[in-house]
Amino acid sequence: MKIIPLFLFSLITVGLVLILNTTWVLPAPLGKILAPQSGVWQNAEPLDMDYNASLNFPTLNGKVSVYFDERLVPHVFAENENDAYFVQGYLHAKFRLWQMEFQTHAAAGRLSEIVGEKALPLDRDKRRLGMVYAAEIAEKEVEKDPVSLAECNNYTAGVNAYISSLKESTLPIEYKLLGYHPEKWTNLKTALFLKFMAFDLAGYENDFESTNAKTLLSANDFNKIYPIIMDSLDPIVPKGTVFPKPGIEVKIPASADSIYYDRNDTTIIEEHKPDPNNGSNNWAVAGSKTSSGAPILCNDPHLGLNLPSLWYEMQISTPAFNAYGATFPGAPAIIIGFNDSCAFGFTNAMRDVRDYYEIKFKDASRKEYWFDSAWVPTTFRIEKIGRKGQSDYLDTVAYTIMGPVMYDPTYSGGRNTQNKNYAVRWKAHDPSNELKMFTLLDKAKNYNDYYEAIKFLHTPGQNCIFACKNGDIAIWDQGAFPAKWYRQGDFVMPGTDSSYFWQGVIPQEENPHEINPARGFVSSANQLPADSTYPYYLGGNYPPYRGWEINKRLSVMNQITPQDMMKLQTDNYNVFGEMAVPVLLKYLDQSQISTQDQKYLTILSSWNFRNDPDSKGATVFKVLWDSLTVAVWADEFNNTKLKLPRPFESTLLDLMKKDSTLSFYDNINTPQKETLKDDILTAFKKSAPYFNQLENEGKLEWWKFKDTKVMNLARLDAFSRLHLPIGGGTHTINAANAQHGPSWRMIVSLTPETEAYGVYPGGQSGNPGSRFYDDFVDSWVQGKYYRLWVMKYGEEKSDKVKWVMTFSKS
Amino acid sequence: MKFFSALFLIIILSFCACLYLPWWSIAIVAFIVAALIPQNPMASFIAGFTAVFILWGALSFYISSQNGHILAHRISLLVLKNDSAGFLIVVTALIGGLIAGFAALSASYLRPRSAYEKS
Repeated sequence: MKIIPLFLFSLITVGLVLILNTTWVLPAPLGKILAPQSGVWQNAEPLDMDYNASLNFPTLNGKVSVYFDERLVPHVFAENENDAYFVQGYLHAKFRLWQMEFQTHAAAGRLSEIVGEKALPLDRDKRRLGMVYAAEIAEKEVEKDPVSLAECNNYTAGVNAYISSLKESTLPIEYKLLGYHPEKWTNLKTALFLKFMAFDLAGYENDFESTNAKTLLSANDFNKIYPIIMDSLDPIVPKGTVFPKPGIEVKIPASADSIYYDRNDTTIIEEHKPDPNNGSNNWAVAGSKTSSGAPILCNDPHLGLNLPSLWYEMQISTPAFNAYGATFPGAPAIIIGFNDSCAFGFTNAMRDVRDYYEIKFKDASRKEYWFDSAWVPTTFRIEKIGRKGQSDYLDTVAYTIMGPVMYDPTYSGGRNTQNKNYAVRWKAHDPSNELKMFTLLDKAKNYNDYYEAIKFLHTPGQNCIFACKNGDIAIWDQGAFPAKWYRQGDFVMPGTDSSYFWQGVIPQEENPHEINPARGFVSSANQLPADSTYPYYLGGNYPPYRGWEINKRLSVMNQITPQDMMKLQTDNYNVFGEMAVPVLLKYLDQSQISTQDQKYLTILSSWNFRNDPDSKGATVFKVLWDSLTVAVWADEFNNTKLKLPRPFESTLLDLMKKDSTLSFYDNINTPQKETLKDDILTAFKKSAPYFNQLENEGKLEWWKFKDTKVMNLARLDAFSRLHLPIGGGTHTINAANAQHGPSWRMIVSLTPETEAYGVYPGGQSGNPGSRFYDDFVDSWVQGKYYRLWVMKYGEEKSDKVKWVMTFSKS
Repeated sequence: MKFFSALFLIIILSFCACLYLPWWSIAIVAFIVAALIPQNPMASFIAGFTAVFILWGALSFYISSQNGHILAHRISLLVLKNDSAGFLIVVTALIGGLIAGFAALSASYLRPRSAYEKS
């Protein structure tokens, strides 16, 4: 025996194991990850993977059969409704567990637990906005309703049944790579997921930036560049609609003139914001306009494009209902889809339901604040934020009658809050049970059922579209919307006075709506819901163009087929370009452009206003327009440290059309006075070298310039789909932006036998090692749809059924 | 003969061990086998290395082929910054081989010198 080599080589062996099993030396534990019997190789699903299974769970009441078709879409047939939700939870977990947990961790401000300290600002932001607080309130609301509670309990049990079955080797790949384990699902997590959607869709506001702008700009300039009503507008409920006398008369606070509209107060806060592009299209046409004589409903929600997708497609059939559509991994029920009688979909209502109040604390202890001429006690909520590799971070948040004090001297999020205190009043903090709406819609048989269902939608407010086999079509701009006075909540409000509170919720029946209109269609694309005769203040955060184009098209379409709708839903016509290019060309002094740059001008002037993948005109227009916005706004906006909201593109275009003398055209950094003509020429001259560079790099084609990608949720390029050759963009119906766009395209023709089509940019499996991970992406890029198969009883032997999973009571 | 006995024993026992134990149980297997079947250090190392190189290489190649190399492409890009399924399989086999080789090498020094000199 040789002690020294024995010792030496043993040490080397142990050292190698340690290096390859940890992240002490290598960025990843390569041995652990690559070990074929437990590491990531186990996530490589055979191409002919057998998904057949026979499972037993004592909590089930009856039998559930799940038939998977060739796209891995499950068709769930349950004898009992609660069993169906159990199986839905199980399937969501089986195919999307990591995503479900990651999204709810993000919602709950728990990312630091996974990635460490660097996520702390993001986590504190979510905690201090009261995301967990809101979810706890929502969970209590669910518990009050025995039907919703049973639905959630069964869903949760299904998720946990799958989690319990996991072994080290069968863990989803992300857990192996990031080195942690899933925890048990809870009803609170479902509530957190729904609040995550509320944050994404009803969390947008510009209160601080607008407050800054109000201080810096004259009232005249302010109202010019941040208008409430834009010229180019075609509201959801058509102009001329007569609205009833409002049920709530809002009173403007007596002090508003002196301390709100003119308050000289500035703040420098830049928040973590949801994507301002979050929007969508939906429309329904009556049978009078279709070739089949049956209504057709279409919907494509525009959201962040991720892999795994936000959506998971499925059919759920029980004795009580038979629904098909897109579901949220993380919540029970079908969310956007149809049943045997009707179809339903959503676009974002875009209302501002998140406002800020400046709080005056008595002292640094934050125990009391001045409110309605008295010192009122706060309550404290201690947020415990776990950090990977470190001790927990404790964040104490003061709660006022308005809501949590998100910003105070203990938290500025790295921003200059000047040690002031701001409480957030967010409608998503109020009790509501949105899940109930989806459950009721899945069962809805007619307009009345739909109307009763959507009453449960409080936040995020949505344009709920509906079409029924009996011929009815309808749209409701639905939500619990605060009744506001003019410009209320556009700026930070004083928190010392209850007269600045929201004074009530707009009565449900006064929400803008349209039922079976004479024009034969209803539609929405996030535009203003109603014109200026609507008796409540609606704010000014609405993109006008997609809605304008959709209505123009629908009004002249007749004998419509589902195929016509596919063309419309994937249409790349840029109506903003159509309106803007003539104005640009009118003011552009073409004699000032060098001969070598003339070709770009020719590309622009001969552009057909289509954002097709190969269009060069679309790129030239986009670059030139962006350059123009810099020429017009940047000098004034960069002249201050304060963050101001960028005026909308539609606002600038409206101003250019009617007012060529706007003060903002002048470049304040030069002695002479510039006009719109100068700005457009400057914009072109600044763009020309960039056009040249793009052309040399072969990136002048729109799809290459735009560079759409479907990004992996953990931001891993290797698990993403990059450089997708798709057209469209912000102002086109096909709203495919760089990382944002139509997340689920659906077309439902409500013929006696439903004829439905759909596609989403992802795949049914969340596993990057599965052929079902991203198999819909190419179809989505090409504007192709899948015919959605609504399976019926008796079709169990159909050759469309590829795999069968049965769930029984053991 | 001893070499091939050791080789096959390590392959079979490593496979079985990894069904129930952590991946580094291949080190324990190689160590025990090398202790029970004494060879000179070089032969021990090669037997341990080759055994798990073959086992992990074959397993990962088989899994990856069944998978159409979908995952291997993604993981090689992610971990090795190089889109090559074959490279990932080789790296996998190398890692297993090195661990088992060094474990077997260590164990070869357990026996008195005479034990393997006679073989």
